[in-house]
Amino acid sequence: MIPEIGHFVLIVALCLAVLLTVVPMWGAWAGNARAMRLAPGLAIGILVFVAISYICLTWAFLQDDFTVKVVAGNSNSLLPVMYKFSAVWGNHEGSLILWILILASWTAAVAVFSRELPLIMLARVLSVMGAIGVGFMSFSLFTSNAFERLLPVAPLDGNDLNPLLQDPGLIIHPPLLYMGYVGFSVAFAFAIAALLGGRLDASWARWSRPWTNVAWAFLTLGIMLGSWWAYYELGWGGWWFWDPVENASFMPWLAGTALVHSLAVTEKRGLFKSWTVLLAIFAFSLSLLGTFLVRSGVLTSVHAFATDPERGLFILIFLAIVVGSSLVLYALRAPSVSSRVRFEWLSRESLLLYNNVVFLVATLTVLFGTLFPLLVDALGQGKVSVGPPYFNAVFVPLMALLAPVMGFGPTSRWKRDSWSRWQVRLAPAAIAAVACGITLPLLNAPYNIWVAIAVLLAAWLLFGLLQDIWLRMRTAKTAWAGLRRLTPSYWGMVLAHLGFAACIVGVVATSQYAIEHDLKMQPGDSRELAGYEFRFMSVAQVPGPNYVADEARFEVWRNGELLTRLAPQKRRYLASGQVMTEAAIDAGVFRDLFVAMGEPVGVEGAWAIRLHYKPMIRWMWFGAIMMAAGGFATVLDRRYRRQRVSDPAAASPGLAHGV
Amino acid sequence: MHPVRRQRLVLVVFVVLFSSAAIGLVLYALRGNINLFYPPSEVAAGLAPVGKPLRVGGMVEKGSIVRDDSSLRVSFRLTDYQSSVDVVYVGILPDLFDEDEGAVAAGKLNANGVLEATEVLAKHDENYMPPEVAEALKASGHDIKGKPI
Repeated sequence: MIPEIGHFVLIVALCLAVLLTVVPMWGAWAGNARAMRLAPGLAIGILVFVAISYICLTWAFLQDDFTVKVVAGNSNSLLPVMYKFSAVWGNHEGSLILWILILASWTAAVAVFSRELPLIMLARVLSVMGAIGVGFMSFSLFTSNAFERLLPVAPLDGNDLNPLLQDPGLIIHPPLLYMGYVGFSVAFAFAIAALLGGRLDASWARWSRPWTNVAWAFLTLGIMLGSWWAYYELGWGGWWFWDPVENASFMPWLAGTALVHSLAVTEKRGLFKSWTVLLAIFAFSLSLLGTFLVRSGVLTSVHAFATDPERGLFILIFLAIVVGSSLVLYALRAPSVSSRVRFEWLSRESLLLYNNVVFLVATLTVLFGTLFPLLVDALGQGKVSVGPPYFNAVFVPLMALLAPVMGFGPTSRWKRDSWSRWQVRLAPAAIAAVACGITLPLLNAPYNIWVAIAVLLAAWLLFGLLQDIWLRMRTAKTAWAGLRRLTPSYWGMVLAHLGFAACIVGVVATSQYAIEHDLKMQPGDSRELAGYEFRFMSVAQVPGPNYVADEARFEVWRNGELLTRLAPQKRRYLASGQVMTEAAIDAGVFRDLFVAMGEPVGVEGAWAIRLHYKPMIRWMWFGAIMMAAGGFATVLDRRYRRQRVSDPAAASPGLAHGV
Repeated sequence: MHPVRRQRLVLVVFVVLFSSAAIGLVLYALRGNINLFYPPSEVAAGLAPVGKPLRVGGMVEKGSIVRDDSSLRVSFRLTDYQSSVDVVYVGILPDLFDEDEGAVAAGKLNANGVLEATEVLAKHDENYMPPEVAEALKASGHDIKGKPI
């Protein structure tokens, strides 16, 4: 009964979403204020019904209702309760319900927190989001029904959740990632609403900016968690594979980063308006494209769900409608909103423009590398795959081009700046950065030129920011008063840029200094790696809730002292018989020690063992967390809370005929 | 020239230069880094180049997995039930690598027609099969479980 309720309320939500798409949009067009006022209520109604539907599905998982197909396929009576919760989104159908729930939450959040928006704008924004909801709800209901029953013959027990997904990191990775993906729909809806109204001004950018920053921050966290999960759960010790599905989440992030910066220019200076709109459309389209790539199975990926072509086709059509119609709208409306404000070549505008060009080119190269196999296949030239070397070769130089300019960014002036001013302001930072770049890598012999460059760039960012903070606060009476003068959005920028600096150091140091050994070891063997002695003590059988494991016991010694004990496992899950590697990691600020078991080899109880020494790998994830924290911090800025209707005429429906 | 136009011109020139540099980089990076996929029967027919990076995918032939006693060297055969390719690999195989399961090996063919793999990918989910392998099997009249259609 419960699953049927879930199914039914989802249908109700779809009907409400259709209403939300049609009625307020018509109201905005016809100048009917009553129709427009329906939008917030409808948005909240959709959230309520979708939430009930989601709870019903979760209930089916918690109750082990194996007559429901997705429960039978992805859960098991022995599965720990925590994973029964996350099993809801550990499969295609359920993850779509989560997606819809998050979309409904974003829509309702816009309805609740954007009361200050002119009614016509709010109606249009919510209406566009309703349309996206219609797309995804029909996708769920027509091609991937999560509430399908296996009647009359239901299995006695379920197939179990894929063991790779039975992990705490995977409980929060998909929701965060979806928060980011779907969050860009808000920026998209604002862009479309602004195009419809022909009102692309600073206030539009100010409304849309906090939403975009939050979505971007969620996406950053989601990607970071995915990378972290891959590192310890896949058992290879890798943290980024340039896998199509990773790229699918990375492309919206790159476009979103460009959008976050371009919105700054639009808000502060009223420039790049049509460009910003285009980026908003682009970022959301890439989110949809990512969904298509993950769900259609057109590309070989370690992430792909078992797929069916009908679903891929549905998303492809949906993508075509969204991209096609928004680009047509853009082509019709954008020329009328171009700006006539000028800026000099040495100015913050140009630096941000540079940022946009770099990020856009980075997005396109990743997009090209990801879609190239499809292109070649479509041309009948065979099946190719594009490997990580391609992505590294194009992506790393682009990011290296970005960092030097980032040092100037925070301290630069809008409109017009001068080289001599920069020289004076940034000379100390430059000197300090060069000093760090030369000396710090000496701590870890042999001297590595790439690490030196990375440290140089990161230090340049760090000292440039410190210098800027100091220059901004020095005129205040006390240091505290000076710091208080800086706004949350400024601190957000500082955090995010410092996070980027930490990422540069982490990525380069890990790639350059990591030591990875795959070898055959048997109990009693020991092996030295980067000054750490790994002693293989014994192997034991360990039972788990729904698996049995072979556990290798390692002791790690350094300078004659026992540093830590590590116990990697090789698990065999009972329901599926699937084998899984559980790596053991000793994490630290400056290095990780990583041990994972391969398979038993030869006689005498020997195992294939992976020993890794990974310096500074945590810096990368820590940097990503800082970036996300920066994104969230900007929202605290007071100017987003004091949103007043700048133009009262726009709020009255009478102006709607301008559409 | 009008200052606004001049600014636009400079912008366009910058974008063109920057994107040509990026395209150059892309083409350069693509040159050495794309791997063509070959089903085992094409390799057996001599259609696959020797010494070039490529991928071969199929089912792991039953009873073909041989492990070395003293190292991590392992050899096995990939088959599409028409022909098979010998593969050698040194390292740790993925968890779901097993006989009668689909796998893709990436590496280079040596002069004896043996694929010296640098990477072996197996499926990661009960029901998933890399599309290339599924197609190669279909071409030889088998489904993804290896049963004749």
